Amino acid sequence: MSSNVITVPVGQTEARPWVDELHQWLTTVDHKRLGILYIVSALLFLVIGGVEALIIRTQLMHSHNNFVSPQVFNQMFTMHGTTMIFFVAMPVLFGFANYLVPLMIGARDMAFPRLNAFSFWLSFLGGLLLYFSFLGGSGLYGAGSAPDVGWWSYAPLGARAFSPGHSSDYWTLALLVSGFGSIGTATNIIATILCLRCPGMKLNRMPLLVWMNLVMAEMVLLAITPLSAAQIMLLIDRYLGGHFFDTQAGGSAVLWMHFFWIFGHPEVYVLIIPCFAFMSEIISVFSRKPIFGYPVMVAATVCIAFVSMSVWAHHMFTIGMNSYANSFFTLTTMAVGIPTGIKIFNWIGTMWGGMIQFKTPMLFSIGFLFQFLIAGLTGIMMAASPFDWQLGLSYFVVAHFHYVIVGGILFALFAAFYYWYPKITGRMLSERLGRWHFWLFLIGFHLTFDVMHIPGLLGMPRRIYTYEPGRGWDTLNLIITIGAFVQAIAILVFVANLIISYFKGAEAGNDPWDAWTLEWSISSPPPAYNFATVPSVASRRPLWDLKHPEDPDSRYE
Amino acid sequence: MARVSEVKNGRRKMSLLKTISSTLRFLAQTTLLLFWSAMSVWASEPTGSSSHGTNIFAPASTPAKSIADLSIFVLVITGIIFVVVFGLLTYSVVKFRGRAMGASREPAQVYGSTQIELAWTIIPILIVVVLFLATARVIHAIQDAPEPAGAIEITAIGHQYWWEFRYPKLGIVTANELHIPVSGPDHPAPTFLQLLSADTDHSFWVPELAGKTDLIPNHPNRMWMDPQRTGIFVGQCAQYCGVQHAKMLLRVSVDGPEEFAAWVSAQQKPVIEDASAIAGRRVFENNACMNCHALGGTPADGRFGPDLTHLMSRATIAAGAAENTHDNLRLWIQNPSAIKPGSLMPAMKLSDADLDAVVSYMETLH
Repeated sequence: MSSNVITVPVGQTEARPWVDELHQWLTTVDHKRLGILYIVSALLFLVIGGVEALIIRTQLMHSHNNFVSPQVFNQMFTMHGTTMIFFVAMPVLFGFANYLVPLMIGARDMAFPRLNAFSFWLSFLGGLLLYFSFLGGSGLYGAGSAPDVGWWSYAPLGARAFSPGHSSDYWTLALLVSGFGSIGTATNIIATILCLRCPGMKLNRMPLLVWMNLVMAEMVLLAITPLSAAQIMLLIDRYLGGHFFDTQAGGSAVLWMHFFWIFGHPEVYVLIIPCFAFMSEIISVFSRKPIFGYPVMVAATVCIAFVSMSVWAHHMFTIGMNSYANSFFTLTTMAVGIPTGIKIFNWIGTMWGGMIQFKTPMLFSIGFLFQFLIAGLTGIMMAASPFDWQLGLSYFVVAHFHYVIVGGILFALFAAFYYWYPKITGRMLSERLGRWHFWLFLIGFHLTFDVMHIPGLLGMPRRIYTYEPGRGWDTLNLIITIGAFVQAIAILVFVANLIISYFKGAEAGNDPWDAWTLEWSISSPPPAYNFATVPSVASRRPLWDLKHPEDPDSRYE
Repeated sequence: MARVSEVKNGRRKMSLLKTISSTLRFLAQTTLLLFWSAMSVWASEPTGSSSHGTNIFAPASTPAKSIADLSIFVLVITGIIFVVVFGLLTYSVVKFRGRAMGASREPAQVYGSTQIELAWTIIPILIVVVLFLATARVIHAIQDAPEPAGAIEITAIGHQYWWEFRYPKLGIVTANELHIPVSGPDHPAPTFLQLLSADTDHSFWVPELAGKTDLIPNHPNRMWMDPQRTGIFVGQCAQYCGVQHAKMLLRVSVDGPEEFAAWVSAQQKPVIEDASAIAGRRVFENNACMNCHALGGTPADGRFGPDLTHLMSRATIAAGAAENTHDNLRLWIQNPSAIKPGSLMPAMKLSDADLDAVVSYMETLH
């Protein structure tokens, strides 16, 4: 295998001027450095997207508020959604996949290191392009600055007739460019996992994290491509006189919805499956037990991937599909709950009989389990399409998907940060700040998103910059806004923890959590070449075998 | 297998938990009951009997009612699942919390159990089948309901940012405030809406009357409602349609049979000329007003903005953004952005005299 690996020169230890250091980061093809670049750029966009969320929440604090104009408000929710999905969630998960997959399968790098770098820079420049719209959106001619058509840019609102100027072009091009980056990274992850596993690591011995990232990457290929195709069609509409989505000329608004959601729903699983991956590693290690039902977990993941490709139109229950289509998508959407439920049960099975260590990563994981349960159940509610005719497009659905994305994905990500930060930096994150972060964020999260379900039940639609008094929405919105600020404080604690611990954290050592996968067998941070000698494994938990030679896993698998 | 005993042990704990699950079920029902009562307290607003809120659990029409009933059913099922899984999670987190232990001691390593995993696969499948069948019934009942012969037919057209309502059989055109007759078991009078859009996507949502349905250009949709109570039902556009999506409000006035008949005959009349307001009519016709607005029986027949023939019969202006008072009307004509920034109605920059004249003219349009 080693003949396929690019060897990175080692030994440069003398102090380098910062320009040299910067040059190294800009030109790196090392999967670990690219992973860190992905993660840091995502954190940057997380803060920006968070500020946008705070502006939205401040405006909605009470009825008839005038904090921002409707135009600015519409830009804020468009940019918030686009940023969080495309430039925070995807990159940060790609970052972890980049960093961890080669280490966990005993490889020295990704299969295509240069494609890896190219993909990262495409994604990152896509983000910069999106934000350049604030400066350039109205610079040449036309109205608006940042895109303000919502993160779905439903046709025909994104057409030239309703979105003149260039704001929508920035949106389209940013997604197109970063989409190519995503496709490159997904190809790379698949090739790496299929081709670069160390001796002994058969498919059924891969850590679940690797399995789930494999499934995620395959879903990216299937989901991002229709989105990119739709963006190209939109550009043809806007610049070459096409009429795909131009309803004024007989185009189809519904076609765009299908294109967008056949990307959009699998995308949810693209984001949540790597988080399932984090959970599967972390819960297992902190319960001191192997994952319960490994083959079933793999099967459930693959099953989710298949079924989630046929659920997209549940985002379109209100568009007037016929009763057969509505019934079909109700069934498939409910069915996706089955393998997802199996996962939750398997995590409980993993904790069952274990000795749970309540370190910060485990706290966030337990938070994930409770919140993901609720998110799944509100999902079942909206899968019942008549119920969705009331709940869809309301604040209930906003609460639901934030429960998935914040309560699920972000909690899992925080767990991953606290768990792998020692490996990445060689220093432990502070447990004390970690607990502050956890409890503050938990309180803020529940203040905001538990309460947010209720205005939806009381008929408050999403994406409105203001609302009438006397609907019973005022108090609820005030509570939601307070919760948002509590979450913001928690994020500040987290960022402070990341920075302070980088300089003053306790030394991590190779294996601070007494864990079982290959990345913990090498130094923290790992050397550029990862493994001095390519390891060879005999079970799913190679380090367990090493630590317990009298009772190795390989005996039972 | 060396670790079968562990699995058995796990299964024993499982059955132990099942005995707890009946208490959990009781808890689930209590929670739902509390939730239900909280929602209904919220529903009962003290603003008088004729005005209704936007609570999806206070249905006043058959589609909304069958959705609410289905919702309660789904809530009960998901509530039970929640309490059971929440209980299991809490139990395992509390029961198996790591105690101070020697670094060398590890718990028994269990890899899985086919029986348990089969159980927690099959039970969810059964639940999904039940939920799906219950849902499919409601989908069919609402969507495939045939239109009876005597139904009121209305074409609703979404515009940036207002609603056009046309009653083709009755020859009425109005805006933003829909009038429909009340239904009862002895006198069913359902209303069927055809939903169209003049520009972008919109969504018609009056929560207490029916679920929402989108208005999409080139994609006509249909919805129906048969309100069982009279009064004003409010709602608003639910599909983001542009800058002023927030102030695209909806009012549905459900009238008694006589009231509705009276409203229809009043709306069918053209503009009644009022000699005292002739100056205002000149202003209306000499400026661009008539390019966008129609006045029945006059040369003004624009369709870009709301039909103003019976403007004074409406309680609000600017799609519900302001009450229909003299001052608001004047402000609206003078500077629409003051009430609704981003509205497509331009400020006409009229002189004060012209402004007063045209407002006076508007006030004759009963």
